[in-house]
Amino acid sequence: MALPNQIPLSPDKEYNTLNLGPTHPATHGIFQNVLKMDGEIIVHAEPTIGYIHRAFEKIAEHKPYNQIAPLTDRMNYCSSPINNMGWHMTVEKLIGCQVPKRAEYLRVIIMELARISDHIICTTIIGQDTGATTGFLYFFQMREKIYEIYEEVCGARLTTNIGRIGGMERDFSETAWNKLHKFMEEFPVYLKEFQALIERNRIFMDRTINCGPISGERALAYGFTGPNLRAAGVDYDVRVASPYCSYQDFEFDIPVGTNGDTYDRFMVRIQEMWESIRIIRQAIDKMPAGDFHAEVPEFYLPDKEDVYSKMEALIYHFKIVMGEMDVPKGEVYHSVEGGNGELGFYLISDGNRSPFRLHFRRPCFIYYQAFPEMITNGLLSDAILTMSSLNVIAGELDA
Amino acid sequence: MTDLLHHVSEKLKGKFSEGLLKAEMHYDFPVFIVEKKIIIDVLTYLKNDPDLDFNFLTTLCGLHMPENKGAELGVVYHLHNLKKNQRIRVKIFMPDGDTKVPTATVLWPAADWMERQEYDFFGFEFTGHPDLRRILNMDEMNYFPMRKEYPLEDGSRDDKNDKMFGR
Repeated sequence: MALPNQIPLSPDKEYNTLNLGPTHPATHGIFQNVLKMDGEIIVHAEPTIGYIHRAFEKIAEHKPYNQIAPLTDRMNYCSSPINNMGWHMTVEKLIGCQVPKRAEYLRVIIMELARISDHIICTTIIGQDTGATTGFLYFFQMREKIYEIYEEVCGARLTTNIGRIGGMERDFSETAWNKLHKFMEEFPVYLKEFQALIERNRIFMDRTINCGPISGERALAYGFTGPNLRAAGVDYDVRVASPYCSYQDFEFDIPVGTNGDTYDRFMVRIQEMWESIRIIRQAIDKMPAGDFHAEVPEFYLPDKEDVYSKMEALIYHFKIVMGEMDVPKGEVYHSVEGGNGELGFYLISDGNRSPFRLHFRRPCFIYYQAFPEMITNGLLSDAILTMSSLNVIAGELDA
Repeated sequence: MTDLLHHVSEKLKGKFSEGLLKAEMHYDFPVFIVEKKIIIDVLTYLKNDPDLDFNFLTTLCGLHMPENKGAELGVVYHLHNLKKNQRIRVKIFMPDGDTKVPTATVLWPAADWMERQEYDFFGFEFTGHPDLRRILNMDEMNYFPMRKEYPLEDGSRDDKNDKMFGR
């Protein structure tokens, strides 16, 4: 059945059916699109999703609160720290826990690094798909540096499980600070070079301007958020609209585009990396002293030394590890600005050890449904570019 | 935030009188429970009224509460007024046998996949939806896995026999 937004197929024409995916080297993930082609023009597209569906909402109903953080890692795995922090903040909102400033600033640094790594992937891949392999190979080493910082803070690289309910699991070590300072020196140089390589490149501009455009109005109707919405000219950013984690302390701009095409989506992400750098600089400069976690013994694991020497700490340790914390009843919605848009957590607690219902608002899932409309009447090669510029992450799409 | 609750509930009461069943705050969110049969009218009013202007559908999700007799199933809509940056939550409830819900795709194309997802997991029949099929699970599936009566793991599996851990 044709979707309402698609043109009716002419009965006296013969169309070719083309399966784009599920595994296709240029879709960077498992996506299937059944395309009806008139020569090289797409006249109808039907996406199939769900190839890596892992039922996170169901699993979350059977896990204690602190064991849900590793599930969120695996949604948008290009910026998993943002997902982790979003989940921790949701629970903190539910239990009414005030996190110290230092912990919030440390979180902001980690989240902005995650945003940069997410945007590095998207922008370099747009370059890669237009044939500019150099940028991809050259700029990608910066993501490696970010992963090394994660590694220093939490021990993991991709699925980080960083932070805890109530703060961070540990303060940044000496090495972590050194690596961060080194990154802050190196990264702008790389970003500038990458920008110079691609931004005004005639071939790149011809290829991406007017490729897969969407108007601001349609983007809002389709529930777009994040860089893709801002590329269409709507300046909605959760960090500004409803500041969380002390984002109100920092000064930064929200870059917006005008046409909502691939070039604008690319440029918005490039500019956001500069803004992220600005935020991290301010966070480093203004880093307050103090504790890196709140005093919530019911949720935050005590020091190992105390566990061995103090009765109370041992009890809390046992309760947290076995997932027997007392959680208040209630329902909360909390959203953070993820790499791709508003990542929301709608949590209903009935006072038991695991959530009664946990719903993830996954930005990819919501905006990917506009994909058929964006690629019909365009070329097949433009469809590939549109997909990479939307930065559809399979893990977030399917949850 | 309580101002918003008052303001919206006054307007809804004025327009739908008995249709608004409950208005309360949950943390920082005003929540409105309305009757199922008028849900599309309520959403249309909330979206198109120039004063309220909740023009953005943030998310939509289903609920299953087997303990809540007579109103086991629910659908929750999160709406956002992007201009004034106000958010509200609208809920409807229905008994288990009556899963027909009018579709919100007439207001927001974004509701298309959200409703398909809730159909897939809870079995809501969104009447008027252009293409109501399963979306994340396989088409052959004959149950709705997010309902509470379905266990996390498939009970028919016999390759997992670790009694030690009390499965």
